[in-house]
Amino acid sequence: MKYSYFPGCSAEATGKAYDVSARAVCAKLGIELEELEDWNCCGATSYFSARELLSFAISARNLALAEASGASDLIATCNSCYTVLAKTNKYMSLSPELATEVNEALAQVGRSYKGTVKVRHLAEVLVTDYGLEALAEKVTRRLTGIKVAPYYGCQFTRPMGGDWDDFEFPVTLDKLFEAMGATIVDFPMKTKCCGGMMMLTNADAALKMCHDLLAAVEESGADVVVACCPLCEMNLEAYQPKVNAKYGTSFRIPVLYFTQLAGYALGCDPKDLAIDKQVVPCEAVLAAVPA
Amino acid sequence: MADTTNGGEPKVGVYICDCGSNIAGKVNVPEVVEYAATLPYVTVAREYKYMCSDPGQELIQKDIKELGLNRVVVAACSPTMHEPTFRKAVADAGLNQFLFQMANIREHDSWVTEDPVEATEKAKHIVRAAVARVPYQVPLESIVVPMNANVLVVGGGIAGIEAALKLAQAGHHVTVVERSPSIGGHMAQFDKTFPTLDCSACILTPKMSALGKHPNIDLLAYSEVVEVDGYVGNFKVKVRKQPRYVDIDKCTGCAACTEVCVVAKVPNEFNEGLDNRRAAYIPFPQAVPLKATIDPQKCLYLTRGKCKQTCVGACGPEAIDFEQKEEFVDLEVGAIIVATGFEMFDAGREARYGYGRLDDVITSLEFERISNASGPTGGHILCKNGEKPRSVAILHCVGSRDENYNEYCSRVCCMYSLKFSHLIKEHIPEAEVYQCYIDMRCFGKNYEEFYKRLMNEGVTFVRGRAAEVMAAPKDNPDGRLLVTVEDTLLGVVRNLPVDMVILSSALESQAGAKELSQTFGFGCGSAGFFIERHPKLEPVSTITDGIFIAGCCQGPKDIPDSVAQAGAAAAGALALVDNETVSIEPTISYIDPERCSGCHICVGLCPHNAIQYNEELDAAQVIEAACKGCGVCVSACGSNVPEQRGFTDDQIFAEIEGALA
Repeated sequence: MKYSYFPGCSAEATGKAYDVSARAVCAKLGIELEELEDWNCCGATSYFSARELLSFAISARNLALAEASGASDLIATCNSCYTVLAKTNKYMSLSPELATEVNEALAQVGRSYKGTVKVRHLAEVLVTDYGLEALAEKVTRRLTGIKVAPYYGCQFTRPMGGDWDDFEFPVTLDKLFEAMGATIVDFPMKTKCCGGMMMLTNADAALKMCHDLLAAVEESGADVVVACCPLCEMNLEAYQPKVNAKYGTSFRIPVLYFTQLAGYALGCDPKDLAIDKQVVPCEAVLAAVPA
Repeated sequence: MADTTNGGEPKVGVYICDCGSNIAGKVNVPEVVEYAATLPYVTVAREYKYMCSDPGQELIQKDIKELGLNRVVVAACSPTMHEPTFRKAVADAGLNQFLFQMANIREHDSWVTEDPVEATEKAKHIVRAAVARVPYQVPLESIVVPMNANVLVVGGGIAGIEAALKLAQAGHHVTVVERSPSIGGHMAQFDKTFPTLDCSACILTPKMSALGKHPNIDLLAYSEVVEVDGYVGNFKVKVRKQPRYVDIDKCTGCAACTEVCVVAKVPNEFNEGLDNRRAAYIPFPQAVPLKATIDPQKCLYLTRGKCKQTCVGACGPEAIDFEQKEEFVDLEVGAIIVATGFEMFDAGREARYGYGRLDDVITSLEFERISNASGPTGGHILCKNGEKPRSVAILHCVGSRDENYNEYCSRVCCMYSLKFSHLIKEHIPEAEVYQCYIDMRCFGKNYEEFYKRLMNEGVTFVRGRAAEVMAAPKDNPDGRLLVTVEDTLLGVVRNLPVDMVILSSALESQAGAKELSQTFGFGCGSAGFFIERHPKLEPVSTITDGIFIAGCCQGPKDIPDSVAQAGAAAAGALALVDNETVSIEPTISYIDPERCSGCHICVGLCPHNAIQYNEELDAAQVIEAACKGCGVCVSACGSNVPEQRGFTDDQIFAEIEGALA
């Protein structure tokens, strides 16, 4: 099946590893990802609070592009991109007034959106469309004995979740990695916010949140955290030194994009998964995977 | 012309009610009266402030006698309100009550029309329609059928028990059908009852015992109603008695078999699965009837044919009978009371509270069993690790007042939450107890005083609905669970470290309620509970005459209200079964055997099974007492044979023409 792929702005910069590993995983599984031609920022910024209609229109341009390309499903890998695109999609379908106004704006650039595209998160697509059994069969390096803490972040299912997982206690990544042989640890903070963009605007608050998350990970005994959002991954991983500096802790917890660890289990070359780009070394985790 | 079988030309009296300002405030009544006087066959048209009052009724009666009226129309409220009133008034004046017609110019007009001019016009049309049809109405006599003096009570919880005892005391024979092996219902599981803190079993078991011993009561436990046929005064009910594989005439309830049964790990329903029972079991020591039952799903002999049958060996009276079969019993009763109770909300659906995932997150019913001295922990309030909880949080409104699950309030949870707080403080005085509530609903007698008492016992009330329950970080010194709740009075989010969380869960209608309601012939509301005939004035009757509901099957309520409803239902049933006969409305179908071709179409279509084929006459025949006058046969018949008395073609067409004129 062919999917339209929305990389998102982070994928070009700090989240490059996510983009690279996501493509590698899909290639390995035979999932065709077609990058959305001429995509623009989804609008997952505070601009939504300043100019709501304009933000919806900018976001909807991506939906219009996807629809025009003939795609039925638009896949996002970033939690924020997923949330904003899905929200734009849903609000336009619920409010004829909004749909009319947005389409008037899109018409100025010769575009329109009729509401036929479904916005989905890559993790959900792997579990729902590809299937856990099929994934398990494709695993060449079973993650036996590896203790994984799946970190969903605050926006994976809230508010744009659906029947595919529980809003308050999602298990999509749990099931994905269990199918790959990993041991999922009990990690009660798995949907707690990492602080997101506050790491830039209110670092004290975000560092506290990351500290609490990392402490919970440590208590859970996990070998590695898997994330499904570039901002979560960066906050938890790249800012570990800052957390340590502020709180006098000595966290050195590997944090990988879920596609990086999944790709490794599926037999991808670590170089193709951008694992060398990690801030906290994770060689030990990979080495622990049975040959 | 109109068939005026009361002799002579129709003489119609039209009476238009002001209904205070309900009608007169919107409709120009004098104008309608003036108009009515001009209509065909109208002898007199009058206005009165309250037609339903004694003077109002006397006005009609005087005119019938003095002016020789042979038809009466009252334009007022809905027939549901006062048709019976005026029918009786008319009958008392010597005129057949079915020569009366009600025109609704209140619910259908003054209450729903904005513009007074439009309302007045509409009233004229409504009155004209009634006046046009009434000359075609003919005298009818109510059908009198015999009343069976026996009563069936379905459900052996506190409501069913109370209803059965009242009826038995009134001298009627009562059959009680209970699905479980023992009566007692959920009340038998409670520890203490609010606000008196009476021991639940102590106040319940005397009633259970009285029921079991009463000469007028036949208890069919471990049985279910499978079919209900018939009509008020004459119900025919088929009951299926499940095989216990124990001969209850021989069984003495000594429980020897339950001690030796080899299958020992069956989750004990009475203790909400907190401990196990055997395949051969007695639900609890005070069971009525005190007889053993062998669970056919768990017994090794019954499922696999292989067991050393230690139960047989242990049974002195030789009561065990693996050959026992299900039995069907046919009952004939005059009235039925359905009191089938409630079930608890499945707390596992609310994933945020961790029920089923985290240790020591329990439901209210589980806590009742833990606190109860005859429960799985011998009455000691303990966590799963065997230790006393240092602190407990009681979370209100789990599954209630919630758009995601049930919008309604379950009524009893605030009170039982207070009760739990007291029990915890009593068992463990040093424990910290938190109540996370939205409102404190303490509506009943001595309930507010009970709340005050608990405030003085040092319980911490946090006004906020708990957001989630998590496992606390291992180094948290105060609790193994963390309850996150916004304290809306303080304006802060609190994380309460506790060792135990009690979920005050919703009371819901039972899983099979919809099917059960269809068996008996009434409906379920949007919340799943059985629908009463009128929410204010008839809380225990249903739309089917002779069938009553009582207790939590009608909606969540506490024990006093369940008992009160049971008494009300018993009174309703007595009002029927204390009489020799019952009157049925004659506005039913009549099939002229001369014109019927015997094609059988109507026989199969009748939703009340009220038409049978008469071989001798080669025609369909209506069973008068079973017919509800729904009109299906009338519309189905290709030859236009069935006539619905009170709704004949002539009457209906006249009414239509009157309305449209």
